[in-house]
Amino acid sequence: MALMALSALLAVSGCSKHQKDDFYQSGIIYCSESNPVNFNPQLDTSATTSDATSHQIYDRLLDFDPESGRIVPSLASSWNISDDGLIYTFQLRKNVQFQSTSYFTPTRNFNADDVLFSINRWRQASHPYHNVSGGRYPYFESLGLAENIASLKRINGYRIEIHLAQRDSSFLANLATDFSVVLSQEYADYLMDQGTPEKLDHFPIGTGPFEFESYRKDHFIRYLRNDDYWRDTSQAERLIYDITPKSSLRLAKLLTGECDAIAFPAQTELDIIRNRDELDLAEKPGLNVGFWAFNTQRPPFDNPKVRRALAYAIDKNTLLEAVYFDSASRAKSLLPAASWAYQNDAEDTAYNPVLARKLLKEAGIEPGFTMTIWAIPIERAYNPNAAKMAELIQRYLSDVDINVNIVTYDWTTFRRHLREGLHDSVLIGWSADNGDPDNFYRPLLSCGAIPSGTNRAMWCNEEYDALIERALKTEDLEQRKALYKQVNTLLFKELPLVPIAHAYRYQAHREALKGMQINPYGGVRFGGVIKQL
Amino acid sequence: MIRILGRYSVLFILTLLVLAGMSFALAYMFPGDVLSNLTGITPQNQIQRNVLAEQHKLDAGYLVQFSNYLWQLLSGNWGYSFVSGLPLRKEIGLALPATIELAAYAMLVALLVGVPVGCYAGLRSYTKTDYLINSASMVGYSFPVFWLALVFILIFSLELNIAPLSGRNSLLFNIPDQTGFILIDILLAPDVDRWLAFTDALHHLMLPTLALSVISTASLIRITRRSIIDVLNRPYIAAARSRGLSRRQIFLRHILRNALLPILPLMAIQITSLITNAIIVETLFSWPGIGNWLIQAIYQRDYPALRVGMLAVASLVILLTILIDLFNRLIDPSRDKYERVTI
Repeated sequence: MALMALSALLAVSGCSKHQKDDFYQSGIIYCSESNPVNFNPQLDTSATTSDATSHQIYDRLLDFDPESGRIVPSLASSWNISDDGLIYTFQLRKNVQFQSTSYFTPTRNFNADDVLFSINRWRQASHPYHNVSGGRYPYFESLGLAENIASLKRINGYRIEIHLAQRDSSFLANLATDFSVVLSQEYADYLMDQGTPEKLDHFPIGTGPFEFESYRKDHFIRYLRNDDYWRDTSQAERLIYDITPKSSLRLAKLLTGECDAIAFPAQTELDIIRNRDELDLAEKPGLNVGFWAFNTQRPPFDNPKVRRALAYAIDKNTLLEAVYFDSASRAKSLLPAASWAYQNDAEDTAYNPVLARKLLKEAGIEPGFTMTIWAIPIERAYNPNAAKMAELIQRYLSDVDINVNIVTYDWTTFRRHLREGLHDSVLIGWSADNGDPDNFYRPLLSCGAIPSGTNRAMWCNEEYDALIERALKTEDLEQRKALYKQVNTLLFKELPLVPIAHAYRYQAHREALKGMQINPYGGVRFGGVIKQL
Repeated sequence: MIRILGRYSVLFILTLLVLAGMSFALAYMFPGDVLSNLTGITPQNQIQRNVLAEQHKLDAGYLVQFSNYLWQLLSGNWGYSFVSGLPLRKEIGLALPATIELAAYAMLVALLVGVPVGCYAGLRSYTKTDYLINSASMVGYSFPVFWLALVFILIFSLELNIAPLSGRNSLLFNIPDQTGFILIDILLAPDVDRWLAFTDALHHLMLPTLALSVISTASLIRITRRSIIDVLNRPYIAAARSRGLSRRQIFLRHILRNALLPILPLMAIQITSLITNAIIVETLFSWPGIGNWLIQAIYQRDYPALRVGMLAVASLVILLTILIDLFNRLIDPSRDKYERVTI
């Protein structure tokens, strides 16, 4: 009681309210879910690392516009692609400064050398920095990007040229992802001279809106405003990540105002946020898809008619309500609405058990046929509860006289068995890293993706592969859209998998934060966000 | 006096030795590599392993190892945390003061509230007011502290929104850790609006201190009340009354002084339960103290941290208990004759 009285007294008699508000709105506190692995997103594909670094400390050559998903200039002010689609020329922005921090003061502005350094680090195994901090660059490795870049040339201080070995219309999109950040070559050289090159990834220097100040594991990350930021936006003076792994505690802190924004609100907590006036919940369809894939190499699932029958036997809307609590949109094809190639009028299967039974009969499936549904053992945005979804599907299929055994293993074993093709069907999904449609179509259903283990339907179709290959080599967006439309028609005919849902991405923040935008193409951004109490 | 001091030092050292022995045994009892459990370092190659094994004399007998372990502890080489990779001495050096600070404020509140209320109840013994205070303190004493803390969070933080629920300062204040005591660190911090930070820290202190102090306050009320009633029945009080002293004089000179003396040793017992409760309260309020730190270490199976953390907490409790006991003897050499006061 005494303390309460004392602090109440202090609060009243202290400084004026105005001064206090000034201080409390000078900084933004974001409650994040976990510790970043390091401060260089080139080295790690986890969302936690890119949230903490990509849009705060660094900039990329290109950016995605969060509204339209189109690629917009960032450190590259303009670019040009040759007619054969193999030579990319980038004009770089002038007068961009790297951050001056307590541990490094740059003497020159950003220029072509920094871009060369940043790309060559992951591209060339012989690069002096390649093996610093482990030498693994998972994002670039998974796309084989290093192999496709034939050469990288500095034309002059503010112009670079990239030669590709093969056409790749998703190349620009890859340069705009969270992982393609631009580091400072001058800082890297300085650290190499000091004999501490690994500091590059732990005491970062970039051109972004915030500079790194300090980090205490399990506690916080502190950033200060970069006063020389090249973009004409207003930033908060301080940015702090309060590392809070428990989702309920993050919500509690948001309610009391100890956090201004939180990461990953749990789906069951969304209503609490919606019901509060002082909280804002932003939602957008995420770049992901949850689906039910059939093992098309196992009879009878090699018969499209059987697959179609099963697709008609389930009610997707009920699945959406029961599993996603309406925090997802119904999927018609692989692509979510956030992608520029999304086809609004794509065909979709509807719940029709009568038709399903008829198709099964035509395909010669006896009543009482038994199949397995594998359900992923972990929680993912694209499928928060696969076991529950499997049980629901089990009920639907029993209506058409099919018995279902639900199978699950621990995650590592599960993935190994899937790669070996031991499943009849599986409930799984995919989260993409950029808005390019090729990021969905190629890994999920192309022939080449069967050995690498991302093609869960084990489906190989020459026509499909030819279509997505043609789409990748086409620069014109409208033409590519038309090609993907053909792909969707083919997929609807063949149904190697039943797309179920695109889960929304959520971002919750207090009303006092102005300018918060949800970014479907990657990490959270605090540049341009201010707090007004 | 010197004999007593000597006896206490021997007792203290022996207890510490036993504790250190247990902590050393933990390195062998925890799963995994003994060397890693002792140092917190997972050797990357054979050369590093050999150097570390040599440093900890792992090839020698247990007694040599143990004496070496003691020497390492004394010279401040406590090993490293598996999880953070930081020296444990530094981590504990920051976490322990936070706990001491919280416990100290809770004790202060208990003293400021418990003693006056207890006196009042004692003087009015067996009246309605007394019964009221007495039963209220019984209720307070019976609350499980984690439940109380959660109720406080629910009411004061989530419903009324008058107190924050986690940490000990808004992260907007950049207060470098120097002593580990937040209020002192604020005074030492450069470039901070100290007044604002101080207010903010008091706001954060409010709920955990209250939650922690309820039980101590309740028991202090009961101890004080009992003690006052005992003194009131002594013949010298009747004598003072018959000498015609004013009530005020009797209370200040005779009752209060004599009643407070037996309260001190009981506070020593309180300290152990206070620290135990602090561990629970810290976890609920995300207070960066030793309790929260130990719980995290358990979750993450940070064996070196558990080994040293247990030793640090136990040493602190023993040190405090012995110091208070010693202090009691200093101010009241006849203490042995006192019977234990009942709660």
